[in-house]
This record gives sequence, structure tokens and C-alpha cells, in this order.
Amino acid sequence: MADSQRSTPLLDELKKGPWPSFVTQIEEMADAGKEECDQLLRLLERSYVEKVGHWKHGGIVGVMGYGGGVIGRYSDLQEDYPAIAHFHTIRVNQPAGWFYTSDALRTLCDIWDRHGSGLTNMHGSTGDIIFLGTTTAELEPTFAELTANDFDLGGSGSNVRTPSCCVGQARCEWACYDAMDACHNITMHFQDELHRPFFPYKFKFKFAGCPNDCVASIARSDMSVIGTWRDQIRIDQDEVRKYAQGDEEGGRNTPLNIQRDVVGNCPTKCMEWDDNELIIDDSNCVKCMHCINVMPKALRPGTDTGATILVGAKAPIVEGAQLSSVIVPFAKMEPPYDEIKDLAERIWDFWGEHGKNRERVGELMQRVGLGNFLEAIEVDPMPEMVAYPRDNPYVFYEEYYEEGDEEDEEEDE
Amino acid sequence: MATERRTDIGPPHYSRFLPPVIKDNYGKWKYHEILKPGVMVHVSEGGDKLFTVRASSPRLLGTIGIRRFAALADKYCDGFMRFTSRHNVEFLLTDEAKIDPLIAELADLGHPVGGIGNAISSIVHTQGWVHCHSAATDASGVVKAVMDDLIEYFDGSTAIPGKLRIALACCLNMCGAVHCSDIAILGVHRRPPKVQHDNLAKLCEIPNVIASCPTAAIRPAEVNGKASVDIDEELCMFCANCFSVCPALPMADALNDGISIWVGGKVSNARSEPMFSKLAIPFIENNPPRWPEVTEAVRKIVEVWVDGARKYERMGEFIERIGWPKFFQLTGIEFEKQHIDDYKFAGLSFKRSAQLRH
Repeated sequence: MADSQRSTPLLDELKKGPWPSFVTQIEEMADAGKEECDQLLRLLERSYVEKVGHWKHGGIVGVMGYGGGVIGRYSDLQEDYPAIAHFHTIRVNQPAGWFYTSDALRTLCDIWDRHGSGLTNMHGSTGDIIFLGTTTAELEPTFAELTANDFDLGGSGSNVRTPSCCVGQARCEWACYDAMDACHNITMHFQDELHRPFFPYKFKFKFAGCPNDCVASIARSDMSVIGTWRDQIRIDQDEVRKYAQGDEEGGRNTPLNIQRDVVGNCPTKCMEWDDNELIIDDSNCVKCMHCINVMPKALRPGTDTGATILVGAKAPIVEGAQLSSVIVPFAKMEPPYDEIKDLAERIWDFWGEHGKNRERVGELMQRVGLGNFLEAIEVDPMPEMVAYPRDNPYVFYEEYYEEGDEEDEEEDE
Repeated sequence: MATERRTDIGPPHYSRFLPPVIKDNYGKWKYHEILKPGVMVHVSEGGDKLFTVRASSPRLLGTIGIRRFAALADKYCDGFMRFTSRHNVEFLLTDEAKIDPLIAELADLGHPVGGIGNAISSIVHTQGWVHCHSAATDASGVVKAVMDDLIEYFDGSTAIPGKLRIALACCLNMCGAVHCSDIAILGVHRRPPKVQHDNLAKLCEIPNVIASCPTAAIRPAEVNGKASVDIDEELCMFCANCFSVCPALPMADALNDGISIWVGGKVSNARSEPMFSKLAIPFIENNPPRWPEVTEAVRKIVEVWVDGARKYERMGEFIERIGWPKFFQLTGIEFEKQHIDDYKFAGLSFKRSAQLRH
């Protein structure tokens, strides 16, 4: 049972204020009898006093047959805090779009109350449900109960990490493809790659329904699939005029300055407004979403929709942070998404062969050069892939001609 | 009695968790409107309406807290709810009359509603001292202190020009991938690893440790008769990649760990292309439990943006328009040597024109 002697004056300061408190969440669990939560609070208070963390990594832990999904975590003060000496994380693959029923949430809570600390992250940075803190002995029983209830572990280590997606067509009119279906489909297709690490390092997929990119795919995933369209923005001119005039209904009672706030913000200056009609030169539109974001009742993405596929984003470790780069300017996104699956497998083949330990795909692209990378994954270079062509003249030509070559070549034809 | 072990089943199909109004209108939504802070309505081609109430969450939730959310979902939304990519909780309603009672109950439970549209949404963040081995600062505590201070911009009581996204990562590993945020709060180590010569060879593969260093600062060495490594401290940039592959090279150090602040990143393609965040403040000491120097610095940056930005203009767009010298002048942040990049491709960030504001 929780010890009534617990004293956490520094953490108590974080129970004050309007934002919901994580300290209160841990404390509730401690007061409900979770000894490990009580000791976690004491350990955290100590970190707040000492200004240093008290966790260690290392030691391979997991469930039978899987190489990922569990992250070993140990306190470096095991004798003082025995209940959290071993305090492993279990990553549980979230349903696409993070939708739940209350029953499903309670099922997860029941499992975690029986086998762990009862603490979670909803959700972790990659998108998983995070079960925070249990012992090695509880891993297999937790896994058995999760799978009995149709949940499975997510990725960790050098494997496909749990794919995630935005809310997509479930609740967003801007989704240019079925992001939740694509996410689920890809997750199911690559179950082996997700649970058994055999890559040089991690590989993340993220699916964003439109260029607003609510899942930050361009910054956070090795393969970023961002919805777009290639026909005309759909315009309802009456609704545009209502935005311009202001409308008492629907919270639009402030007139919108279409010239300044819409046309003036267009990155390619592809629109004109004559106080009556909005004219868009769609051939010069870069699908930035600004005008649609500002006037959702008047403008909508086109109907010839698909996605741009970009590759290589990562956080700084170790060669520096990168955003993803365009590899496929436009792909129709239809089940079973073979274009994405084939592309991913070609990238993994090359990366598996040439990648260094802990080298992300984005770093490999930098190291070998985007041109060589494209050749290796059998994708033709296109001007959409660069912001501008090279401005340095040192071109690595791979072959040169000798006197007489030209004639031979002609003879071959 | 042996039962077959289920593996590789993947997540449950999302269709099991979608409310009827979403199943009926999947892919058929026409437009949405923000009705008030934290509340929006999506309207389908056929006229069906789905109301969303977005509430704050600390991300770290106990099962007691989750069960409270589940009970609210039962009471107001036929049991349907979701979480967002920024750790918010969303309740999905079809009955407009239930919105205000739900908001009132959320307020009683300490979960303010907001974060939609031109607002500051929840802070994407990492584990920090709660559960991470490489943290240079806490995560949840800093987030709590910053959001307590910025609540007026979350709940809509103070209007702002556009979206502002804050993220926190407790070390350069950046599990929170904060590098494209309007404001990024990033834990930093400033002391090279303390080599545990006695057990390094037992815990780590020395060739892997050497290969892990991006600046080739690690060399093999024999110390007290034991195989170990030697670190050229002048070459160390505190990335902690070696610590990730070798626990015998701890980085954490109370005197030298702290927080840096970065500004002007975005992931959306709206108007301008996605951008990285750039360094605003190289170092602020850890000052738990409420990190007042950090909350003050973040507030100052937010206020400069609120005062100066045009409608819809993100932090990075605002700074590009006014220029970095003006940003440093307006925020009162001192420009130091650390602001100038000295890693790969550093020269790309140097000013190479005479286009200056005087």
C-alpha cells in the first residue's frame, strides 16, 4: 500500500495551476494502492531536487518471438526504490486515427491495472499507446491479454516503427486519400518488419491526408505520405462572397479581407479577386492549403486526389535533422497501396545492403547522393525532387569515351 | 491446456471504434466551422453534423484518469472519443445541446477546452525524468509550467494571429521531433560523457562505441589495465549518440544540463514551405519545479509574435518578414557565438547579401 509518509513538496507545486497535472495522475494511482507509483513520485521528487534523471537503459527484454515493442528500463537507485527497480515500457499499437470506444479504453485499463503501474502515455511520440512501467515477469501475461483482446505491440529498435496517421476521411473534408485505411493496411502488411528488427535503424511511416500535415509526417517519418490533388480547387463563389461580406451565421460575422488575407498570402500569386469572384490559376497552384484553410465553406481540394510521397525525415541523431524529400510527386492512393509497399521494399533492400549501423534512410540519401539513391531504388529523377538544380560544377560522371567509342556505338544501333 | 499463441495480429481495425455518424459520412464531409474555442462542427454532404470538443490532457494518464474520460464519453458521446496527434482528448458529439454541459464537467475535472484554430495547442513532449535514461531536463514538469502560463492562448480568452505549436524534447535524441515547431523547448547536455572505465568493456562493444561518434572524438584506450575508450573533449558536441549505444558513458550532469529554446519551425505547407526551428536561446539552467526562466522566455517570444505578426502568420514567417536582427532586438535575447552554426553545411545559414534593415 502507498506510504502515507510520502513527501513531495517540489512536485506538489506542479499540482497547482489551470493545466491538467501529470503529478495528480500519478498520485491518484499511488493512492489507489499502486506501490510503484508511490515510489515513482519519490524518485521523481529526488530528480527535482538533484536536477538529474535516475533511469538506465540496456538489457534486452521482450516477449517471445518479438524483437521490439518493449523497452527495458531500470532505476539506478534500485535499493532505495525496489518497486520500480525494473520499470519497462510496453508499446501497444494504437488503432488508426486514435479512435476508441469507452469499452476499449476500459479493457486496456483493466489489463494494465492487472499487470503494470497503471500509468500510460496517450500517446507516445510515434503514436503508440504507451504502458509505462512493469517488470519482466509481467511482459508475457500482458501480451497474452492484449492479443486476446485484439491488440498487438508496436515497434521499437531497428524495425518498422508503428505507423500513424491523421484523422483522415473519418472527420476531415480535406483528406485527399483514406489515410486511416492506408495506415492500417501498411501496418498489417508489414507486421513481420514491425515486430522483428532487421534494419540498420528505425523506419517510420506517417500518413497525412493533406498538405497541412497534422501528423508532422514531413518532419518525423522516413516515409511521409502527404495527400494532395492535381485538378482544380473546387470553388463556391456565393460562399466566397459571404466570407467577404461577413455573415452573422456560423461564426463568420467578421468580414474577411480576401485580397489581403487570402490572395496576398498565396505563395505563387495564382489567384485574383475582383470583389465579386475569386479566380484561381490552378496550373500554378502548389496546393499549400492556405486559401482552403481560411475559407473551408467556399473552397475545397479537387477531386483527382492522391498523395506526394517523400522520404528521409529524421531528428538530429546523428548527422543532423532532415525533412523528407520528394520521391514520388503524385501517386494515386488506392488499396492495396502496392506503389508504397514496393517503394518501401526497394528502399529497404538498398539500405539493408549499404546502410551503416544506426544510419537512417535520410542520412544514407545524403551520404550516397540523392541521384545514386534514386538509381538504386529504380526511380527516375524528376525536377519536382529538387528545390533547384545543382549550382556546383563537380559532376561525378561514371563513364567517359575513348577515341573510336562513338563509331562503335553507332555500329551497335 | 495449451492455447495457440496469437502474434502479428496488428492493431484492432479502427472501424470498431467509429461512431455511427462517422461511419455514415466517412469521406463525405463537406466543411467545418469553429463554433467557439475548442469546439468545431463538421458538416457532411448530406447535412449530418458532428461536433468535436477538444480538451487538454497531460499526456501522462493513469488508468483512473482514462476511465474518467471513458465515463464522460459514455455520458455525452455514446462512448466514442479519440486522441489527437498532440495528446489532446476529443469528444465526438451529435447532440449540440450536450456541448456546454460536457465543457462544464471537463472544467470541473481540470481539463480546459481549447486548442483549435488560431490557438496554442497542447505541447508535444517526451518522458523526461519520469522515465527516460538520457533526459537533460524533465518534460512533463516544464510542459505543465509553460501551459499554466499560456493557458489564455489555449482556451481562447486571448486571441492570437495564427497557429502556434510548441514542442518539448528532453534531449537531442528528440523523441518529440521538436525541430519543426514554432517554439521548441529542447533539453541539452553540455558536459562530455563520464567514461566508466571499470565496466565499459563489459557493457559495450568498443568498436560500436567508436563508430557511433559523428566527430570521431572517441578512441580506444587502455585504462588501469582494462580496455576502454578515451574521449577528446574538444570534439564532443554532446549529441549522446555514444551513450545510446553504451550505458557506460553517462551524459547527465546536474550542473551542466539545461534547456535551449528554438523558434520558427513548421510542418504545414500552408503559405510557406515547412521549416526547421532555429536557435533563440542556447541555454537556460534547469530550475525545477516550475522553470520560471523558461516560462518567462517562452512568454516573451509568444508576446512579440502576438504583437507583431499579421493574421495567419506563423512564427517563422513573421521572423522571416521582420528579419532575425529585429527578432533578437524585440525579444531582448542576446545574440551569441552559439547562434552561429558550425556543423555540416553551416555556411548555408550565413548571410550572403547586403539586404539588411538599418
